[in-house]
Amino acid sequence: MHATPQFAHFTSPLPLSCGRTLAAYDLAFETYGNLNANKSNAILICHALNASHHVAGTYADDESNIGWWDNMVGPGKPVDTDKFFVIGVNNLGSCFGSTGPTTIIIETGLAWGANFPLITVEDWVDSHARLLDRLGIETLAAVMGGSLGGMQALAWSIRYPQRVRHALVIAAAPNLSAQNIAFNEVARQAIMTDPQFHDGHYAANEVVPKDGLMVARMIGHITYISDDQMEEKFGRNLRDGLKFSFAPEFQIESYLRHQGEKFSAYFDANTYLRVTKALDYFDPASANNGDLSITLASASAKFLVISFTTDWRFSPSRSREIVKALLDADKNVTYAEINAPHGHDAFLLDNNQYHGVVRQYLQTIKT
Amino acid sequence: MITRTDFDIITSWIPEGARVLDLGCGDGALLKHLAETKATRGYGIENDNASLVACIQNQVNVIQSDLEAGLKDIADGSFDVVILSQTLQAIKHTEPVIAEMLRVGREAIVTFPNFGYWKHRLQIAVSGKMPVSDDLPYQWYDTPNVHLFTINDFEAFCRARQYRVLNRRVLAGANEALLLPNLTGSLALYRFKRG
Repeated sequence: MHATPQFAHFTSPLPLSCGRTLAAYDLAFETYGNLNANKSNAILICHALNASHHVAGTYADDESNIGWWDNMVGPGKPVDTDKFFVIGVNNLGSCFGSTGPTTIIIETGLAWGANFPLITVEDWVDSHARLLDRLGIETLAAVMGGSLGGMQALAWSIRYPQRVRHALVIAAAPNLSAQNIAFNEVARQAIMTDPQFHDGHYAANEVVPKDGLMVARMIGHITYISDDQMEEKFGRNLRDGLKFSFAPEFQIESYLRHQGEKFSAYFDANTYLRVTKALDYFDPASANNGDLSITLASASAKFLVISFTTDWRFSPSRSREIVKALLDADKNVTYAEINAPHGHDAFLLDNNQYHGVVRQYLQTIKT
Repeated sequence: MITRTDFDIITSWIPEGARVLDLGCGDGALLKHLAETKATRGYGIENDNASLVACIQNQVNVIQSDLEAGLKDIADGSFDVVILSQTLQAIKHTEPVIAEMLRVGREAIVTFPNFGYWKHRLQIAVSGKMPVSDDLPYQWYDTPNVHLFTINDFEAFCRARQYRVLNRRVLAGANEALLLPNLTGSLALYRFKRG
C-alpha cells in the first residue's frame, strides 16, 4: 500500500489554550482506504510523541519508509482499510509537515523556532476537527490512538461528543503522574542546558542542540521498555569487556546512545519541548475538580480502553481510572488488559490478543 | 454450560431497563440476551482472553478483570442486579465475592450445580468416587471447581448473613425439581439481597 502525504492550509485563525492564536497553519495528513458515500466510515488515528501522519504503507519513491502503525492499519489488518477510511494527521507543533517550530514564516523568512506557541492536546483536537470539516466528515466512526494519541482520542470524546461514535484509548492515562512529569522535565532540561540550545533560537545560530536531544530521547526510551524486557534484551552484556573508561561498555549504553543518535538526527528540539509540555498539561478532569466521570458525562462515544500489563509509563491502573470514570458515568466501555512483556512500547508491536481485540471491536462497528 | 432454561429463569428475574453486572460473563451471551429482551444496560467482568473477544463480538461491554481481585472500581449500589452464573463453585474466596456483589448491586443472582443431587450422592456412595455429571462435568484433578456445596449449604450461608432469598428455582436438567430439591435438583438458581 502506497501512501501520499497531503497538506491542508487553513486561514481561519485557531485560538489556542495558551491564549495566543495561530493566524494560519498547515496540517500534513495521509488517508488510506475510501470514504463511503454517507461518510460514515472514517477513523482518525492520533499519533504519540515522536510519530507523524505517516501511519501505514510506504511511499512509492521510498519503499523503506514504513508507517509507524503499519502492523495495525491496512487492507485486512485490525484497522481494515478495505472497510474504513483512515486518516493520519500530523500534530501542530510537530516537525514532520504540519506547522511547527521548524516551519518558515514567510514574512520573515525565518523559522518559528522558540516563538512557536505551546500547544495542548485540546488545541490538536480542535485543529483536527477543522481537517474533518475540510474533508466533509461530520462524524467519525472512531478516533483511535496510543499513549499521547490515546489522550487525544479521550479528548475528542469530551470536546466533540457528537462527532465521535467510538473512542479507542490505548496505553494512555487520564493525566500524567508526578513521576511522568519528572521524566519529561529531565528530558527538557537536557535540551535546554545544551550550549547549542540558544534559548530555542538554535536555527538562527545555525546549530542544533543534538546532545541535549539525544539525552532526552535516551531518558524517554528507558520509560518505554519494561525492566524485564531490558534485562532479557541486554542484561549486563558487554560490547568488548570492561575497559575502565566512560566509553559505552554495556550493550544497554550503546543501544541507548544509538537510539538517541538516530532520534536527534530527525527530531526537532523545540518540538520535543512542546510535545512533552502538552503531555504534562493534559488533564481533562481538572475542569471538574479532578472528577473524570463528570468530565465524561457528556461523551456519547462507546469506548475501548486497552492497557498492557508491563507498561510502567502509563500502567494498567491508569487505564482503569479511565474505565472507572466511564463506569461511574454509565458509558459503554470495554476494557482489555493485554499480557505483554514489552512495556509501554507494546502498543506499537504485534500481539495476537491485542490485535484480535481491536479487529473484533472495529468489525462490529456499522458504517 | 448455561442452558435455555437457566437463561429464561434469570431473564424473568431482571427488571426492564435494569443496570446489570455479570461476573464471569463468558462470551456475553446472557448479557446480550438481557439487552435484547429486557432493554438492560450492562457490563460483564471476564478475565479469559478468548471470552473477552467473544463478548466484543456479541457487542456487550466487558471489563477484563480477575473476580478474586474484587470489584473495587465499581461504586456502591451502582447496579440493579449482579449476576454470578455457574461461577461461584470455581471461586476461591466465596464470602468476599458475594459481599462485593451485594455492595455494588441491590440484588444478586447466583446459579450453581447442586452437589446434593441424588446422582452425585449415589456416585460417591456406590462407586466411592467424586461425581461426574452434566452439571459437574470434570474429573477431580482437572476441575476448576474449588468449592462444592449443596442447596442446604447455600441456604444456611444466606441465613447466617441475613441475606433475604427473593426467589429460588431448582432444575433437574430442563425440568423443575419441586419435590425434595436438594435431592432431586442438579442446578440451583437464587435471587437474593441483603436482609
